[in-house]
Amino acid sequence: MSRALHLVQAVREALDLKLADDERVVLLGEDIGVNGSVFRATDGLIAKYGEHRVIDTPLAESGIIGTAIGLALGGLIPVVEIQFLAFIFPGLEQLFSHAARMRHRTRGQFGVPMVIRAPYGAGIRGPELHSESVEALFAHTPGLKVVVPGDPHDAKGLLISAIEDPDPVVFLEPTRIYRAFREAVPEGLYRVPIGKAKVVREGEDLSVITWGAMVRTALRAAQRMEQERGWRCEVVDLRTLHPVDRDAILASVQKTGRALVVHEAHRTAGLGAEIVSLINEEALLYLQAPIRRIAGYDVPVPMFAVEDDYLPTEERICRGIEETMQF
Amino acid sequence: MLTEHGRAQLQTQMKAHSPRLYEELQVLRSDGEVTGPIDDIPPERMREMYRWMVLMRGFDKKCVTWQRQGRIGTYAPFEGQEAAQVGSALALSNSDWMFPTYRDHAAAMVHGQTMANVLLYWMGRMEGCVSPPGVRVLPPCVPIATHLLHAVGLAFAMTLRGERAVAIAYFGDGATSEGDFHEALNFAGVFRLPVIFLCQNNGYAISVPFSRQSASRTIAQRAVAYDIPGVRVDGNDVFAVHRAVTQARERAVAGLGPTLIEAVTFRYGAHTTADDPTRYRDQRRLSEEWRTQRDPIARLRLYLERRDLWSAREEEAWQAEAAALVEEAMQEAMAAGAADPLAMFQHVYADEPWHLAKQRREMLESRGGASA
Repeated sequence: MSRALHLVQAVREALDLKLADDERVVLLGEDIGVNGSVFRATDGLIAKYGEHRVIDTPLAESGIIGTAIGLALGGLIPVVEIQFLAFIFPGLEQLFSHAARMRHRTRGQFGVPMVIRAPYGAGIRGPELHSESVEALFAHTPGLKVVVPGDPHDAKGLLISAIEDPDPVVFLEPTRIYRAFREAVPEGLYRVPIGKAKVVREGEDLSVITWGAMVRTALRAAQRMEQERGWRCEVVDLRTLHPVDRDAILASVQKTGRALVVHEAHRTAGLGAEIVSLINEEALLYLQAPIRRIAGYDVPVPMFAVEDDYLPTEERICRGIEETMQF
Repeated sequence: MLTEHGRAQLQTQMKAHSPRLYEELQVLRSDGEVTGPIDDIPPERMREMYRWMVLMRGFDKKCVTWQRQGRIGTYAPFEGQEAAQVGSALALSNSDWMFPTYRDHAAAMVHGQTMANVLLYWMGRMEGCVSPPGVRVLPPCVPIATHLLHAVGLAFAMTLRGERAVAIAYFGDGATSEGDFHEALNFAGVFRLPVIFLCQNNGYAISVPFSRQSASRTIAQRAVAYDIPGVRVDGNDVFAVHRAVTQARERAVAGLGPTLIEAVTFRYGAHTTADDPTRYRDQRRLSEEWRTQRDPIARLRLYLERRDLWSAREEEAWQAEAAALVEEAMQEAMAAGAADPLAMFQHVYADEPWHLAKQRREMLESRGGASA
């Protein structure tokens, strides 16, 4: 059986099912208890599982992530919520210098199975520093996995996989599509594998490689280009940003011969560069045009009055498709 | 302008609001006499403390020599801090988890880490981070104060699982300026976790004296803010340290929460073998003063010898045995053979992802090996 759920409801359901399924799972975060988290991702869970499983912590991101590392060392599986991704910075030392390295430095003796969930991205008229996309920081850190669901079905299945993963997983939830649409989500536990991309629209002419909230924008651009120009664009939702699904990217580009990478994070040193580089190294002779990047500008993410102008839009993606097709 | 009277009034206010000072608790004085009865430490345990401290000092001095000879890399010596480390570690149970820094290998070894592993670590090898099976010692923490939170989390896990044991975090005076020190004490206080925060206040964070580190007169007084017990002890008094940790442990396993212990001590040498303490302190005078007037080992030997618990003959025999143990550990570390560069690709993740497999093959090929 499946029901239509919003992405944030799918996240909540994954947490609920894993709390029920595995007594080692504990949630930690700010306002995740009686308040049910600011986006309601943990709504009702404290009533169901108690304050020893759904733990409201003091307001301290390093404290939360550092404590979660200790909980993981002690045999539990902490699932941390950072209220907004841009608030994670005080906790980066814990994440980069400890969580990501513990398995390596102890030669496999101690792993740190934990999930860091964080709402992220622009487009919801949030206040300043509530809209950043800093996923590249995590992908650049060996030892971490980085996962971004692009729809409710994947949000639930990927989060369950992340909680069951033996390594620390940064799980980024695009706030812009938390409640943007509903989708059929199966009941019960199911897994979407980490490290596997998904072709969300098939096409032969150009591959749009993207993730998170940009998947919907890219799909709209692809539909428009087919209607207006007759070009059939494939849209690949990466779903896992590290380690990236090399085979899926190469298979799509080898088929289409053209690619566009779309992300809302800043362009310079963004993950788009890494993906372009991968294609150049492994599929250059298939290319009929240079690969373009449509990305957030290299400016501090602006306040919401102009955030729509910062974000890659359907227009900008269409222009990128046209330039690539007509190269 | 403030009048004389106004200033006096303000000073009276300040005194009224000042935290109370923590007395430095002492059991074993520098002259080898005790300040009161010691019924909590049996004679055999005292001899064990002494043997450990002598062994650890021998190890530490040898490591400095080995660094000079190029047999190990940059090394962080702890000489002078043996009582704080040995006394605290001997007060623990095997079920307790220890979170040391890079200067706490004496405590780590007392708790079960091997000398050979400690040497491997200072030879620049990750294998040195591994502890023997069943030994609850985490790798030395290099960033400052971050591991206090790991102890908090581990204590939290034990509490949630109903285990009766403690987590102990070792750190220095400099660590108390870090945000994670505050976050850890705050979390431990809020959730009443069985954590022992053991600060070795050796007076200097590399070059910066404690007076520049904090306006607090003591570190123990910080406990007031978290409403947890704070204890200040003579860190060169192995009995006082042992007692403070034993009591903190009793409270912790009884569900009464964390304790902050400040052990006042001094590192005789440099921060590391790459550091020159004469640049920032009167090294000769200070280390001479502490060595001759407050040494942790000398005072325990005086105490033991006066009670016929130790003799010159035993001293000679143990010094020889300790030196042999340290040499054996070096032989064992050397027996590990050359470090394998390909091992850097192991254990980044539980399962090797494609990009690491590819990079590992690249390294193998660049070294002239066959592609695996």
